[in-house]
Amino acid sequence: MTIASDPQRESFQLSQLIYDTRYRSMTIQVVALMGFMLFFGWLISNTLTNLNALGKPIDFGFFSEPAGYDINQRLLDYTSQDTHLRAALIGILNTLLIAVMGCALATVLGVLIGVLRLSSNWLISNLMSIYVEMFRNVPVLLWIALIMAVLIEGLPAPRAFRGEDPAATMSFFDTIAVTNRGVYIPEPLFSRSLGDVHFLGAGSLRFDVSLDLMLILAVLFAGLFGARLVKRNADQIQEATGDRPTTWYYTLGLIFGPLLIVLIALGFHLGYPELKGFNFQGGTHMRNSLIALWLALSLYTAAFIAEIVRAGIMSVAKGQSEAASALGLRPGRTMRLVILPQAMRVIIPPMISNYLNLTKNSSLAIAVGYMDVTGTLGGITMNQTGRELECVLLLMLCYLAISLTVSAVMNAYNNKVKLVER
Amino acid sequence: MKKTVFFGALTVAGLAAGAAAAATLDDVKERGKLNCGVSTGLVGFAYPDDAGEWKGFDVGVCRAVAAAVLGDPSAVEFVPTTGKTRFTALASGEIDMLARNTTWTFTRDVDLKFEFVGVNYYDGQGFLVPKELGVSSAKELDGATVCIQTGTTTELNLADYFRVNNISYEPVPIETNAEAQQQYLAGACDVFTTDASGLAATRAAFEDPSAHVVLPEIVSKEPLGPLVRHGDNAWGDIVRWSLNALIVAEELGVTSANIDEMLGGTNNPEINRLLGTEGTLGEMLGLEADWAVKALKAGGNYAELFETNIGENTPIGLARGLNAQWTDGGLLYTPPFR
Amino acid sequence: MSDTSSNIAYVRKDMLPQKAPPKTSVGAIGWINANLFSTPANILLSVVSIGFIGYILSGLLPWVFMSVWNADSLNECREIISEAYGSTHGHACWGVIKERWLQLTFGFYPPEHYWRPILAFILLCVTIAPVLFEKVDRRLLIVTAIYPFLMPFLMWGGTIWGPLTAAVGFVIGYFVYKAAAKKFGTLIAVIAAVMLPVIWWLFIAGPVAGLLSGIPIGLEFVESRRFGGFMLSILIGVVAIGCSLPIGIVLALGRQSDLWIVKSICTGFIEFIRGVPLITLLFVASTLLNIFMPPGTNFDIILRVIIMVTLFAAAYMAEVIRGGLAALPKGQYEGADSLGLNYWQAQRLIIMPQALKISIPGIVSTFIGIFKDTVLVSIIGLLDPMGLTNAIRADSAWNGIYWELFAFVAFVFFVFCFSMSRYSMYLERKLKTTH
Repeated sequence: MTIASDPQRESFQLSQLIYDTRYRSMTIQVVALMGFMLFFGWLISNTLTNLNALGKPIDFGFFSEPAGYDINQRLLDYTSQDTHLRAALIGILNTLLIAVMGCALATVLGVLIGVLRLSSNWLISNLMSIYVEMFRNVPVLLWIALIMAVLIEGLPAPRAFRGEDPAATMSFFDTIAVTNRGVYIPEPLFSRSLGDVHFLGAGSLRFDVSLDLMLILAVLFAGLFGARLVKRNADQIQEATGDRPTTWYYTLGLIFGPLLIVLIALGFHLGYPELKGFNFQGGTHMRNSLIALWLALSLYTAAFIAEIVRAGIMSVAKGQSEAASALGLRPGRTMRLVILPQAMRVIIPPMISNYLNLTKNSSLAIAVGYMDVTGTLGGITMNQTGRELECVLLLMLCYLAISLTVSAVMNAYNNKVKLVER
Repeated sequence: MKKTVFFGALTVAGLAAGAAAAATLDDVKERGKLNCGVSTGLVGFAYPDDAGEWKGFDVGVCRAVAAAVLGDPSAVEFVPTTGKTRFTALASGEIDMLARNTTWTFTRDVDLKFEFVGVNYYDGQGFLVPKELGVSSAKELDGATVCIQTGTTTELNLADYFRVNNISYEPVPIETNAEAQQQYLAGACDVFTTDASGLAATRAAFEDPSAHVVLPEIVSKEPLGPLVRHGDNAWGDIVRWSLNALIVAEELGVTSANIDEMLGGTNNPEINRLLGTEGTLGEMLGLEADWAVKALKAGGNYAELFETNIGENTPIGLARGLNAQWTDGGLLYTPPFR
Repeated sequence: MSDTSSNIAYVRKDMLPQKAPPKTSVGAIGWINANLFSTPANILLSVVSIGFIGYILSGLLPWVFMSVWNADSLNECREIISEAYGSTHGHACWGVIKERWLQLTFGFYPPEHYWRPILAFILLCVTIAPVLFEKVDRRLLIVTAIYPFLMPFLMWGGTIWGPLTAAVGFVIGYFVYKAAAKKFGTLIAVIAAVMLPVIWWLFIAGPVAGLLSGIPIGLEFVESRRFGGFMLSILIGVVAIGCSLPIGIVLALGRQSDLWIVKSICTGFIEFIRGVPLITLLFVASTLLNIFMPPGTNFDIILRVIIMVTLFAAAYMAEVIRGGLAALPKGQYEGADSLGLNYWQAQRLIIMPQALKISIPGIVSTFIGIFKDTVLVSIIGLLDPMGLTNAIRADSAWNGIYWELFAFVAFVFFVFCFSMSRYSMYLERKLKTTH
């Protein structure tokens, strides 16, 4: 028997790096990497040379200096004597705030409009088409400016509330004031407050946590957990005996009973806005800049989401809903169990990019004077310190981190609902 | 279509701007144009008219420098800059000088490395309020909502002022003057604060200017002036003395109307030195002997520029105030031409 | 009763003529019943929307149409309006548009040269026509090939030799590839076809153009600072999309490739650009790009903006094309492999033509997005339509005018974007039926 001999060992030749497909990909990658690194090195060396020539070496020291400007819309406490770092932090939180609020409202509006566009009512479906086309085809910057202008010119100024016979009055039994400076709503107050816990001392990143809020949340979650236990118990009884015990009063009691006790214990009451001096005092103030930006971004993005939702619903074959009816499912359950899960697969991926777009478009907040991170770090801080490189790079980094987080979370969800294909 | 960028980069940029090295004067002369940074639009100070011609008080300074250096007041490329982009544009050499109501401050001069060559307008931050509020002093503004134009020193001054006087306020930062006007008129803010010149211009555009008053408090010093990069002193001198020539011409009574007459010779040696009929001032600057004559013919002396653009006979109607000559109790005081 | 029962039962022999449908279900009333008032919920919705439309129109129509066109300043407008209608509110002053519409369209472009951007725009339509509509004569593709060189020449002017020598580089590349591919094989041909034109552009093109510039054929040079208004928006949008197409294709292929390093570089770039707002990239263009370049280089601001917007568009374009690639049936790739085509041949002959075709609606949407986003350049001080609104308000004649300028800008944007989105819908429908 002859044993097949090993193929002759080829000696390696340099030309194999190019012609042999086994090595060629390696070569290309190494060349690409080298090219990339060379390009990057070139950029960095240019930058360093130029900065040296300008006498402005990279220096983040300005972050610990007082910012000197005030910010009206803030989620953490801040004064003009705080550092630029804290101003940037306030800005980031504002960006996150508008992004979350915007995404929520845009989704609600978008779904509503997407469904209404499929309505059998000619007027409604066409009105919705006009809405979608109007918002999709005009730059969002213009919409922000226009909606802000409408709010300012359309709503009464605080001085209209003054006098014996005021031109404007507060709504909802004198609890809510809608003015062209914003909306004042009652705020929750606690007369026996537990106080706050301060974290990180007096540093730029300090923040307070309200113990009242923590306690309320803890009680609420405990109640929800208890309600779940009750439900599980009821399920077991139902499986065993076929009869489902009535549980709703347990559930209600478990969720709201302890909550009520805690609220009373803390001395919960509402603080109402009141016109004092130039402005309304007390209550929570939702500024017009926030409302205008929120509305504009939501309305703009909703136009895109409506199209996505419409396409998603239309992508589910009619046979699916017919089959569901044949199985005896009621229309509501058909929608919930058959149509939506399938439509979701089509809807979610473009939805992610629309959420990201909304977040990125929130950088136009500067047009209405809402101090997001572009307004603080990329705006006044950059202006006052003249540190363009540091500010712009950090600004990009902030947005990148937000975007990547959002897309990671949404992609994880998308993977969960995605069809598993072969 | 990669080629477009390549080609564009090669020709357009290559032609448009050279290296921003030390000798700005040579660059400007070689280019035949002065690149002058102005505001994107500020009433009275810089704006394009319907024919696309830039007009205004700051623009007048640019034109005077262009006339002094190149002999032609129209040899200027106006580069509109925003509060954010102005300093980078100057530092990177994109513009040769910046004449954009920029406040002369310590950090801008020292840390950002610019050279303020003088002051063409002494301004200060003021407050505009509706008369019906019945406010007569800024100290009565506790709790008021204040509209501020962002991107300037305005918000810093405001924060300082209210902090020092221990009164609270609600700042409403606003990007452009138009939006500030709108918010103010609709009552979305009680007070509008910016430089007093801006307040006057804004008030002039109202339907009923008499229903609004500028409060007496001026909370900051805002010396606005043209600036150039650190490091090119020869160029800095040219811009400085072009500006000074405009100012001193008013003091000496030289106007664009009588300048030709005075060129024939006067018995005031300083006028003669200014107009180049005596001495070698122009040569020392590296310019023609009649540099100041050209600068003055571009738009007239300081008083003429002031009157045509922002003075009392214009819709803006600013009084000279601090910007009068020192002989009239103002702050304009040029070093002698000697 | 008995009478009738004795009669012969009546049998109808012919059909009754069809009755007219009830009045409530035909004509206008029928249509209204079916489409507006079919159910109580629909009645409510219809009434609410009619009220809403009425409210909007009652405010908008008088404002738009009972307005002033002939006025030179806002104050003159106010006088005319208060004379004619009694109050100064609720009526537009279009005088500002009448006076400034040319500026809003062309920016500061010299009026005697307006024909150049107009011609460039018309040629643009001719250029993209064969790409967009299948019925158009294919020979027009020649215009498409020339246009990238012609457009800068028309817009910026200068001598014709600059763009010509730049174009020659591509011709050189093409012929070098043709010649070398036969003799030495593809790879070397590709390398040569890239290297030689680069050498030509870097070292030879300049002097040649310099020599030829003695022969004065050309247009008057217009600096890009004079560009403004809608012309600037369109220019940035078109150049960015045009340039981003090849970059986007490369990035999309890179992201799909098996080569790990290439893939991560491409993915990193795409995700980075897509993760940051355009405004930050414009900040880079306005403040940092010059710092990144070797000392002494100085692009003008419009070019810097175009570069950054191009990079921005390229990332989105890459994703659109990747979508197109992913939408191709796997059989196409396998078919190409079974024919023995190598990677580039397969891409060029089989994959890309199909992938690009199905990507066109996506590309059009990207273009609409970029075109709308160009208004952001006003934030860094370029005088696009939005920037010009501010500059116009700085003229004391028009200080205080607000809605009219925004309304005009929004209207023009709407007309452009709406027609493009209609085209893209038409294309989507067409692509769907051909599958």
